[in-house]
Amino acid sequence: MGMAAAESRFHVLAVDDNVIDRKLIERLLKTSSYQVTTVDSGSKALEFLGLHEDDESNSDSPSILRNNHHQELEVNLIITDYCMPGMTGYDLLKKIKESSSLKNIPVVIMSSENDPLRIGRCLKEGAEEFFLKPVRPSDLKRLRPHMMKAVSKDQEQEKHEDEEDDEEGIKSQKHQQQQQQQQEQVEHYQQQSSPRPSGNSKRKAMEESLSPDRTRPRYSDIAAVV
Amino acid sequence: MLGWGVEFLRAEMNRLLALLFHQGVLDEQFLQLQQLQDESSPNFVSEVITIYFHESEKLLRNLRLLLMERELSDYKKMEIHLNQMMGSSSSIGAKRVRNVCVAFRAASEQNNHAGCLRALELLEHEYCYLKNKLHELFQIEQQRALASVVRYPARHN
Repeated sequence: MGMAAAESRFHVLAVDDNVIDRKLIERLLKTSSYQVTTVDSGSKALEFLGLHEDDESNSDSPSILRNNHHQELEVNLIITDYCMPGMTGYDLLKKIKESSSLKNIPVVIMSSENDPLRIGRCLKEGAEEFFLKPVRPSDLKRLRPHMMKAVSKDQEQEKHEDEEDDEEGIKSQKHQQQQQQQQEQVEHYQQQSSPRPSGNSKRKAMEESLSPDRTRPRYSDIAAVV
Repeated sequence: MLGWGVEFLRAEMNRLLALLFHQGVLDEQFLQLQQLQDESSPNFVSEVITIYFHESEKLLRNLRLLLMERELSDYKKMEIHLNQMMGSSSSIGAKRVRNVCVAFRAASEQNNHAGCLRALELLEHEYCYLKNKLHELFQIEQQRALASVVRYPARHN
């Protein structure tokens, strides 16, 4: 894409086996000015990310998306559905966190089921967020802090490597501008997160949400899930 | 048709939407869809709905085929199809269709063949109604778009 400085946007990889949901999440992400790639399975996601599975059954994925192009197609966040045939979102999450090259990429899980056990399991495995479907624009606002945090982590690691200086410069500027804001967001968020009562009702959980404007429960950093 | 004003057609659309909300056919997720439509993606809603129709009809056909096997209905497969339909319906705001899927799934989990058949018929009925109403909505929207285009040249005379 653009090597031009002004155009560096975050790139999100969205994984969902449902075609409607893929179209929806793509539109939502684009509306938030992210670059988006969608795939319909966990195995295709891993292939896109440069990891190879035992069974290579994907012939549709373009073979140019390999390691030597990995830099241009850097993924800043992965958002995946939980319920998928074959590899579930949870399986995908585990594989990503087990990979030394991918484990720093923030992962967000989406699900239509408000299941506390499922949510707890995902967060424990390292998911940053758990969104209930259908995903709303307000949910997407929670993505940026995670991507910013990952960028600053990467910067620490890349300090001694020869990388594209321009891109570094941009990220560094963004990092300095956003660092304060990010810190405030993280603190605000941590204050909000408290163990929520279990229950099937999405509406009930909504009412108990601490967030003033509406919406759906957000899950992160929950130490214990009832 | 060209004589109908933009305002009249907008009112017609709102009236139909209000009815569908009142009947529980659509919920607020449908509004979310509309809000995702703008100049950069002007046909977003109709694109999504078209995919929804295509997918749903495929799933309904598959469900009907699975239920025709009286001796050994593959309930697991039915549940997979139902989950797909539930997810899609929920994502576009098709509340009543989604709710029938929930009931259908419950019958399938109990391996209740007669219950599944009843649920399928209800599902087909609800889906049909939804499709007709959404077509109506799109027709009004098209007329409104046309009316607003036709109006302006006349004004500049």
